Amino acid sequence: MSSKTSNYQSDRPRGETLVWLCSAGLALGVLMVVILLGLIFWEGLNVFWPKSVVEATLKEDSSYKLGEFPTVAGVVVKRQKNSRTGIEEWQLLTGNKDAYGAMFKYIDTEEIASLEYPEGIVVAERMEYGNSIFYPLSLTLRDGTKLSVKDADFWPTFEHALEEVRHRYHEIHELEKNTIGKINRKVNTLTIKQRQFEREKAEGKTLHEKDLKKVEDRISTLQQEFGILAAKAKELRAMQNDEVLEYRLSSGQIRSQPTGDFVGFHKPNEMGLLDKIGFFFRHIWSFLSERPREANTEGGIFPAIFGTFVMTVLMSACVMPFGVVAAIYLQEYARQGTFVRGVRIAINNLAGVPSIVYGVFGLGFFVYMVGSTIDQVFFSDRLPTATFGTGGILWASLTLAIMTVPVVIVATEEALTAVPRGAREASLACGASKWQTIQRIVLPASAPGILTGLILAMARGAGEVAPLMIVGVVKLAPSLPVDGIFPFFHLERKFMHLGFHIYDLGFQSPDSEAARPMVFATTFLLILLVVVLNLGAILIRNHLRKRYATSTF
Amino acid sequence: MDTVTQSSETTRPSVGENSPNKQFIEIKDLSFYYGEAQALYNLSFDIPEREATAFIGPSGCGKSTLLRNINRMNDLIDGIRHEGDIRVNGTSVYDPLTEVISLRKRIGMVFQKSNPFPKSIYENVIYGLRVSGRNKKSELDQIVTESLQGAALWDEVKDRLHESALGLSGGQMQRLCIARAIANQPEVILMDEPCSALDPIATGKIEELIHELKKEFTIVIVTHNMQQAARVSDNTAFFYLGKLIEYSTTENIFFNPANPQTEAYITGRFG
Repeated sequence: MSSKTSNYQSDRPRGETLVWLCSAGLALGVLMVVILLGLIFWEGLNVFWPKSVVEATLKEDSSYKLGEFPTVAGVVVKRQKNSRTGIEEWQLLTGNKDAYGAMFKYIDTEEIASLEYPEGIVVAERMEYGNSIFYPLSLTLRDGTKLSVKDADFWPTFEHALEEVRHRYHEIHELEKNTIGKINRKVNTLTIKQRQFEREKAEGKTLHEKDLKKVEDRISTLQQEFGILAAKAKELRAMQNDEVLEYRLSSGQIRSQPTGDFVGFHKPNEMGLLDKIGFFFRHIWSFLSERPREANTEGGIFPAIFGTFVMTVLMSACVMPFGVVAAIYLQEYARQGTFVRGVRIAINNLAGVPSIVYGVFGLGFFVYMVGSTIDQVFFSDRLPTATFGTGGILWASLTLAIMTVPVVIVATEEALTAVPRGAREASLACGASKWQTIQRIVLPASAPGILTGLILAMARGAGEVAPLMIVGVVKLAPSLPVDGIFPFFHLERKFMHLGFHIYDLGFQSPDSEAARPMVFATTFLLILLVVVLNLGAILIRNHLRKRYATSTF
Repeated sequence: MDTVTQSSETTRPSVGENSPNKQFIEIKDLSFYYGEAQALYNLSFDIPEREATAFIGPSGCGKSTLLRNINRMNDLIDGIRHEGDIRVNGTSVYDPLTEVISLRKRIGMVFQKSNPFPKSIYENVIYGLRVSGRNKKSELDQIVTESLQGAALWDEVKDRLHESALGLSGGQMQRLCIARAIANQPEVILMDEPCSALDPIATGKIEELIHELKKEFTIVIVTHNMQQAARVSDNTAFFYLGKLIEYSTTENIFFNPANPQTEAYITGRFG
């Protein structure tokens, strides 16, 4: 029997082992992608989950004491073996940077006498100095009454006080940003006018004497208005400090801080699963919808999401028509010869040029050449303050559009060649001109392929950082590129970008350890944004594919 | 018999007195080249009006090339060249003054592979009118009805004119393409192996249709199917290696071929 099987075995095809090699290659690739995405997904979402606070009682003679009490409270961030001593050590997020001088503390587990998860301990998010972990003692209200933590209405009152603080905070922001901002802009325009009139007056034209007076009057009324509003903002700011919370740190220090310094609080050790889930989603929402605080390490990243989105959309709007039109000429009209072949090779090579080169080109061409010219022609009265002659979202989008145009051209050409000859011939035989055929038959049929090119371009553009750093991305943009102030689209403005935000948080922030969760969360979001943009394009593509599928039989 | 073969005659062969109709397409000394390769050699013959004329011959004999020269579909190919002339109803198709777009409107074409557009049946039929800028609803409606009736498709699709044409069967699609060709009200319809991808029943319908259509249009049909040529055409031209071997009434070609090559091909001894 064995001889029989061996006879057959000798004919086994040899090349089949290669199949294993191919599948192993694919498996490796898939594995790496899954690990990368899994890590980002897990770490990115883990940031928002409320974690229990552990309180470690240290041994009597421990050198890890932070205050008079031998206790340290914090969230365990990392457990590792000390490479030198071989003892397990924990990294605790202790918070209270203002009291301890650092956010984190390493503790040898051997120094710990006992552990507990104390009830009543509070994790509070603050406007400055990061989180604080403490036991509240009392709350002094505006009218002077002092509520002890043991009083029944302490927690509701504290929550209410924070609610008011948040409300006031938004009010101040609204006032300073929008109302006062509007007045400032008006004053600026009027000042420019005033200067112009004064110049004309100096040149001997008396024509505008009356107008000049009018402008001056208008400026002074606005300045009065400004004074009133500024005083109101100041008053609101003062009110933020009226109520004071007194609290005790785990290590024993007793501190007091006005409620205006707090953003919110939660008691992680007393939360049930539902509370935690609720907190998780609230936390995510505030991350998505709020502005960053404290050199971007706290708060949300809304401006960066918005900036990335607007930039990508703007880029797509520029690159689509341009790339498609170029590809149509190249494929349909240009005489196929050495020159066109050369052009095609050049386009393919452009796709491989390092993106920073495009950034430098964008800076030189768009910002310095085009931008300064626009400034001189249209905004000469604002000079020397540059309007378009400096980096901005328009120039960033155009730079990325140039960078991604080869992708669109190549994909479009491919889609155009894929349109069956029969479809073109049918149209031409009906008496349609070449352009009519392209417009009515060829373009609709190749739309899915063209969109694939756009998807690739968007994915590349949205994740790009290097060229943006020199044509308009900033660490912190004071205002969004699209807002409610006329003319609504401010394409000259600088903007924030998720990719740059990641770089900034990870490598430029004062406390990179504290910013680490934000890096993961932001990365997660950037990937999510790219996926959402791609999904959108894929849905449109599938819809078109169904609609314009050419006959195959 | 006035059967003539290219080799023995200097004058243009035609089915001449056998046909009561005037000569509609006149081909004079036509030679055609794809780059260096010559595809057609000095062809000269006439095609009469309102009759069906079949081009037969083995693959690569130039019959499709000739057909596609009549409405200048070969213009799409780079590096083509021709000598001689084709006149349709007295006008040269190569005349620089002839607008190729209006030429193609006068000469409809049906292809081997049915190629309806991914649009509704209605829009498919009126495509030629749309591109000429004719958009009057009542006029379009009437032409759609007439063309679909003309292509014997009306009864099958009248209830779903606005559904996608890609939902039709293969035979229906090909008849839709015929309807699309006749919607332009052409003088000539060129058919390039219109039935080669269809089953016998669909083929039968198209053949019946050709009998109807030739009452109004001049039809030129390229076919590989000898029986089909015998069934539908009034005249038959046999090509071999780019040369016209024999051109006569279909009856003569099939029952009394003058050239031994023709006879060999028809009886299936080569080709």
